[in-house]
Amino acid sequence: MQRIGVFVCWCGSNIAATVDVETVAQTLAKEPGVVFSTDYQYMCSQAGQELIQEAIREHRLTGVVICSCSPRMHEATFRKTVEKAGLNPYLLEIANIREQCSWIHKDKLTATQKAVILGRAAIAKVQLNAPLTAGKSPVTKRALVIGGGIAGIQTALDIAEAGFPVDIVEKKPTIGGKMTQIDKTFPTLDCAACILTPKMVDASQNENIDIISYAQVEKVQGFVGNFSVTIRKKARYVDEHKCTGCGLCTEKCPQKKVPNEFNLGLDNRRAIYIPFAQAVPKVATIDPNYCAMLKSGKCGVCAKVCTAGAIDYKQQDQLITREYGAIVVATGFEPIQLDKFDEFAYSQSPDVVTSLEFERLMNAAGPTGGTLLRPSDGKHPHTLVFVQCVGSRCDGAEKGKSYCSKICCMYTAKHAMLTREKYPDTEVYVFYIDVRTPGKNFDEFYRRAVEEYGVHYIKGMVGKVTPQDGKLKVQASDLLGGRQLRIDADMVILAAAIEPDKTARPLATMLTASMDTNDFFTEAHPKLRPVESPTAGIFLSGACQGPKDIPETVAQASAAAAKVIGLLVKDSLTCNPCTAKPDELMCNGCSSCEKVCPYGAITYVDKSFRGPNRTTLIRRVAQVNPAVCQGCGACTVACPSGAMDLLGFSNQQILAEVDAICR
Amino acid sequence: MQVNETFTPTIVAFCCNWCSYAGADLSGTNRLQYPANVKIIRIPCSCRLNPMFILRAFQRGADGVILCGCHPGDCHYTTGNYYARRRMTLLFSLLDFMGIERERTRVEWVSAAEGAKFAATMNDFTQTITRLGPNRRLEDLRCKVE
Amino acid sequence: MTDWTNRVQEISGVNPRKCMKCGKCTATCPAYDQMEYHPHQFVDMVCTGRVEELMASKGIYTCLGCFACVERCPRSVEPANLIEAVRLAVIRQQGGNHMKPDQIPGLLNEELPQQAITSALRKYSKGG
Repeated sequence: MQRIGVFVCWCGSNIAATVDVETVAQTLAKEPGVVFSTDYQYMCSQAGQELIQEAIREHRLTGVVICSCSPRMHEATFRKTVEKAGLNPYLLEIANIREQCSWIHKDKLTATQKAVILGRAAIAKVQLNAPLTAGKSPVTKRALVIGGGIAGIQTALDIAEAGFPVDIVEKKPTIGGKMTQIDKTFPTLDCAACILTPKMVDASQNENIDIISYAQVEKVQGFVGNFSVTIRKKARYVDEHKCTGCGLCTEKCPQKKVPNEFNLGLDNRRAIYIPFAQAVPKVATIDPNYCAMLKSGKCGVCAKVCTAGAIDYKQQDQLITREYGAIVVATGFEPIQLDKFDEFAYSQSPDVVTSLEFERLMNAAGPTGGTLLRPSDGKHPHTLVFVQCVGSRCDGAEKGKSYCSKICCMYTAKHAMLTREKYPDTEVYVFYIDVRTPGKNFDEFYRRAVEEYGVHYIKGMVGKVTPQDGKLKVQASDLLGGRQLRIDADMVILAAAIEPDKTARPLATMLTASMDTNDFFTEAHPKLRPVESPTAGIFLSGACQGPKDIPETVAQASAAAAKVIGLLVKDSLTCNPCTAKPDELMCNGCSSCEKVCPYGAITYVDKSFRGPNRTTLIRRVAQVNPAVCQGCGACTVACPSGAMDLLGFSNQQILAEVDAICR
Repeated sequence: MQVNETFTPTIVAFCCNWCSYAGADLSGTNRLQYPANVKIIRIPCSCRLNPMFILRAFQRGADGVILCGCHPGDCHYTTGNYYARRRMTLLFSLLDFMGIERERTRVEWVSAAEGAKFAATMNDFTQTITRLGPNRRLEDLRCKVE
Repeated sequence: MTDWTNRVQEISGVNPRKCMKCGKCTATCPAYDQMEYHPHQFVDMVCTGRVEELMASKGIYTCLGCFACVERCPRSVEPANLIEAVRLAVIRQQGGNHMKPDQIPGLLNEELPQQAITSALRKYSKGG
C-alpha cells in the first residue's frame, strides 16, 4: 500500500486568497493512500522544505504530492527536497493550483473545488509513479569536424585552443574549402588567401588537430558523448609522410590534359597534382581516373622523379574508426548547375561564366595570372554584364531555389568594383531584382560601386543572351527607365544560386540530423539554438545550415566550438530518466516505433526467450537507448501492440489522471 | 436542443509540456480567466497523446477533450505535433462514426507566449460544450460514482 | 472594378501576387517595341485591379503568345496566360454569344480540326 503525503502551499495569498487551502488539505487527506496532509504558507521556503522532509521520514512516505505553483517553476526544487529526505525524486508530483487555478478564478468555492480535483489527479498519478534513476553516460573528449573549409578550420582551431583533440575530415586533398578559390573578400577587399592560409597552417601545426584529408565519413554510430565514426581515407597513391610537396612530379607527369577543378576547369592540371601552392597538407595526389600507370600500368614517371620515394601505386583505401564526444558538421555549399538556365547561354559560350569562375579569372594564382581575359579568345573584355539571382528566389524546385542565396549581391558589387578599378576602360552593367546589402559596411560598399566606380546598376532581369559574331547579345529591360536594352557584351557573369554540398544529405542520414527541403541542416531552435542540431551532440557550422558570408560563417563556427567545448568539459552526461521503455514480451518487432523516433534512439536486437517445452525462441525486439531518447512519447502511440511505454508519463498514469478528473 | 442552465461540463485539456502547458501558465500569470471546468493534464509532447486517452475520458464522463500542442514546425521534439495532427484526424473520423459530435474534440496549437490565446480557446471551447449539453453517447454509467 | 480582376485571375489560373517584379518577362519579350503595356506592367495592372484599363488597350493584341515569358518567369506567374485571359474577358464583356452550339454541325469540315471548333466555342460563347 502506498503512503502518500499531500502538501498544500498557500503561496502567501497567491493561492490562499482564492483557494481554501485548509479544505483542500482536509479533503485530499481522505483520498486512498494518503496518510499525511497539511498546508503551509511557503512550501518552497527553507522551512517548508524541511516540513516536507520531516514528514517523509516520520510517516515513511512512498509518494509526495505538492499542490503549489507550476511544475515548470519548482519541480526541480522539490525533487531535490525529497531526494535529500531519502525518497526517489521521481516519486513526486505537483498539482498546479496557482497558475492553473487560483490565478484564473475569482470565486473561492469554484477554485477550491478545482484545486481538490487537480490534487486528486496528482495523487492518482503518484500512486503509479516508479522510482527512476537518471543514467550517466561518459563523454569521449575528442571532437570531429566534418568539412575543412573556413567554418571547419575555425571550429577546429577554437576547440583545439581549449585543449581538446579535434579531427578534421576533408573530402578534397587539401583543407581550405571555397575560400581558397576566392580572390578578394568584401567589404574590406583584403585578399582571401592572405587571411585564410595562415589559419590553414595554424590548423596543420596545432598539436590537438589531426587533419584527415581526401577522406569521407562512412559510418556513424553511437550518441552524444559516445560517437564511433568510421572514416574512409581514400588512396592518394602517395605516402603522405614521405612526400615533401616539392612538386617535381606534378611538372614531369606526361598526362597534361586533366581539367583543373581548383580553377573550375578553366585550365588543366596533371594526373598527379597539388591543388594549389598553399595546400595543407602539401602533398601530391594521383588522380586515378587519368593516371596512365594506374589505368594501364605503363608510365611510372612520377615514381622515377620522386627523390623521397613517396609514390605508392599499390596504396589502398584505409578505414579509420575513432571515438568522438561531439560532431560538428561544416560541409558548406556549392554553386548550382546552370543547365536549366539556357537563356543565359552558359553552355553555349565560354564567355558566359559563373561568379566563382570569375573569381578565378581575377585571381593572381588563377588560369590567367590575374589578368582579366575572355576565356574564348584571350582578349581583354570591354563590356561586362553581371546577372544577379540566377536560380535564387525561384518558385518551386522546377525553376530553381526558393531562397535568397544571400552572398551574391555583395560579391557582384565586389566584382564590378574590382573590374572598374583595374580596367577603367570597361563598361560594367549589373542587372538586379533587389539589392540586398544588410551587414556592417555592406550598403556603403555597394553605394561606392555605383557612385565612385560608375557601375551601371539596372533594375531588371536579363531575358536572353545570344552568342553572335564573337559578342554576347544581351537583351534586358530597364524597368525603372522603361526602356529595352540590347547590349553587345564581351562577358556575362552569372551570380549562380548556392546549394548545400551534395554529400550533406547522406551525412545527415548517418547522423540522424534533420534537414529542410533544401537540404540545409535544421538548427535546434531558429533563434535561440542556432548552432546545434536537434540531435544531441551534433553541431552546425557555416553554410551547411543556410547561406552565409565569411564573417557570419566564422562567427557561427566559433559559436559551435563554444558549444562543443561546453559538452567536452563534462566528464559524464546525466540522461533524462523519463524515456521510452518497451515490454520485450509484448514487442512484435514491427519497427513502427523505430520509424517515428526523431532521434534514432530505437534499434532492434535479436534476443532469446524461453519458449514452450524447453525451447529457446529468438525474437526481434525493440531496444531504446536511454542516452539518446528525449522522452517525447511518439513511439508509445505508434506501437500497435502497446509494448512501448514512457517512464514518468506511462499510459496507466495518464489514464489514472483522466479518471480522477472525470470522476 | 436542450438548454440546461445548471449544466457544468467536464473538460479535459491535454497540454504539451514545452508550449501549451507554458501557455496555460502564462494565462494564469496574466490573470486571464477561463472556466474552472477545464482541467489540464501535462504530457511531454502532443504526440504522447494516445487516442485511447480521449476515448477513456469520454467513457468516464468527460464532455469535451482538447489537445494543445506547439505550432507546426515549432515542436520541441521536431516532428511530434505532426504525428499528433495525423492521429487526431483519424480519431475524429472514428468519433464521427460513433456518433460523438465533432465539436467535442479539438486540437489547438498554443505557443508558450500565447497565454491570451489559451484563455480565449478555453472560453470558446467551454461555451461550445455547454451548448452541446452533456455527453451521453459514450459515457459508461457503470463507472459513475454517485 | 475588382470583378474583372477576379474574373481574369480565375480564367487564367494565375496568381499575380507571386510576381517579384524582376522584369524577366519584359526582358525576354520579342514584341516589346510594339507593346503599349509590357508584360511586367500588365501583371502589375492585374494585381492592382486595373484590368479595365488593360481591356481598353489595343496593346493586348500585340502579345504574340510565344510563351517565352511563361517559360522564363522564375516565380511561375505566366504573364502570357494572363493576357490571354484579358482578351477573353474583352470578348465576354461584349456580351452575346458569338457562337452557339447549334452552329457547330454546319461548321464541321474534314479539313478543319475539331479541336479548333471546340476552342472557338469556348472562347466565343458567353457561358462560364
